[in-house]
Amino acid sequence: MAERVLMKGNEAIAEAAIRAGCRHYFGYPITPQTEVAAYMAKRLPKIEGGVFLQAESEIASINMVYGAAAAGFRVMTSSSSPGISLKSEGLSYIAGSDVPAFVVNVQRGGPGLGGIQPSQSDYFQATKGGGHGDYRMIVLAPASVQEMASLTVKGFNLADKYLMTAMILADGTIGQMMEPITFEDVQAETYDKPWALTGTKGKRPHNIVNSLYLKPDELEQKNFERYERYKTVEENEVLYEEYMMDGAELCVVAFGIASRVAKNAVAAARKEGIKVGLIRPITLWPFPAKVLRRAADQVKRFVCVELNMGQMIEDVRLATECTRPVSLCNRAGGMIPSPDQVLESIRKAQKGEM
Amino acid sequence: MEHKRITLFAGHYGSGKTNIAVNYALLLAREGKRAAIADLDIVNPYFRTKDSARELEEAGVALISPQFASSNVDLPALPAEAYRLVEDRSLYAVMDIGGDDRGAYALGRYTPFILEENDYRMAFVANPCRPLTKTPEEALAVMREIEAAGGLPFTCIVNNANLAHETDIHTVLDALPYMKRLSGLSGLPVWLTSAEEHIAELLAGWVPEVLPMKLQEKYFDLPEQKDPPKARPLFG
Repeated sequence: MAERVLMKGNEAIAEAAIRAGCRHYFGYPITPQTEVAAYMAKRLPKIEGGVFLQAESEIASINMVYGAAAAGFRVMTSSSSPGISLKSEGLSYIAGSDVPAFVVNVQRGGPGLGGIQPSQSDYFQATKGGGHGDYRMIVLAPASVQEMASLTVKGFNLADKYLMTAMILADGTIGQMMEPITFEDVQAETYDKPWALTGTKGKRPHNIVNSLYLKPDELEQKNFERYERYKTVEENEVLYEEYMMDGAELCVVAFGIASRVAKNAVAAARKEGIKVGLIRPITLWPFPAKVLRRAADQVKRFVCVELNMGQMIEDVRLATECTRPVSLCNRAGGMIPSPDQVLESIRKAQKGEM
Repeated sequence: MEHKRITLFAGHYGSGKTNIAVNYALLLAREGKRAAIADLDIVNPYFRTKDSARELEEAGVALISPQFASSNVDLPALPAEAYRLVEDRSLYAVMDIGGDDRGAYALGRYTPFILEENDYRMAFVANPCRPLTKTPEEALAVMREIEAAGGLPFTCIVNNANLAHETDIHTVLDALPYMKRLSGLSGLPVWLTSAEEHIAELLAGWVPEVLPMKLQEKYFDLPEQKDPPKARPLFG
């Protein structure tokens, strides 16, 4: 049997990153993700080529990521909501330069300084931009400590494959909670990086990594090319989980920690005879739009469970082309809905109420 | 079980100190002792002693916890009231220390009082299923770092081998050679084996001193994680 270890979600990200070949970590501490940095600080100096650096700020750390990525290294940073806002300028530059990066957001309540309790209120920021310009990031939403590890490796692979940023969008609870996991099912892939700034040694023309284009038509062309790549991602990399969707007439949609609470509620509702299932998007971008569009042909109503004021619900409405009513069951500011609150929302949806 | 006036639980980050400290304080109360527990964890933002406030209150255990524990700010300030544990010698005191050396710095201010009274037990909580303390040698290094930071030498070891809801009796028994080696390296006895109550029941006769623990159900536990631990046959 595969060896199992007991880990915190944040530690699992760090260990998985090392196993994925990441040797460069640049960060700045913030609750509730500090264990990622703490783990890297302990482990990386003991590994050949390992670099751990606590930068003077979030802005500095994301630009160090940009630099190391341009040099062809597997590199990462991690933070929590307010810190990701600070990193957003760098994320836009990284996108504009088409270099691969791996970024972790262990979300806390906002806006502003908010608080340290768990939240999912950076869904818009992660999936719709955050930084300026036309760009996308691959956004992965783990719902367990095991997925914190496996999606980290997946994120590094996808970033290298599509030359873009892959972000883990977790929350404080998954970052802090402990579960037994294994690393044996995670496979790091390696990619050639002929574009990287590795020094020409006088043997080849020099590479340029840059997001500035002097001619608007050139910049437009770059945007077109980038979006062609994004289209391939949308076609090939959607991940989701279905739970009790057989014969379901209602569909709960939830990601990350909210999906765990929702699973308990769905199981309880099924015991009451309510035909309900759950779709859990694992990639938030690309969003499993086709899956939800298909579900709209099967179910009468959707219920979104989110730890925010209703963000993913917009994508659910878009994906289902508003063919079915979608209600929201939510808490915000670091609060978590109880399984009973979700169950009540399911009962209401069953009766046709919002 | 024989108790000291002050019992401290320290160890590697995530080794299970809080669960053990809470359950040990509840045991003291069940044995009719006037018990108090202090949350001195300045490292962990979530999942704290305070989460067991109701159980502790019902059992009559005084809970001393930082003002901002489980709030929306991460202010690692210790409550002045924690001095009660070292000053009021009529209490049976339990101290839950934060993980690693970083957590043990908070202990330093109480160390002179504890050493002066000299009626304490400083327990190193060990879980070999944690990746950074997989070997007794790694655990020993953590032990020395904590002692250097907190200024208080350990007096014993707690075997808290566990894989959360996947723990079975083998998880605990397989850890015995590890504990023996750690005991040999440090010169300290293994005082206690702590385990979830269903597993603790099975452990009777296999290890000398067992602390059965009730673990809190969490809102994010999945349906399958709520089942009692699976019984695997001991042999075969």
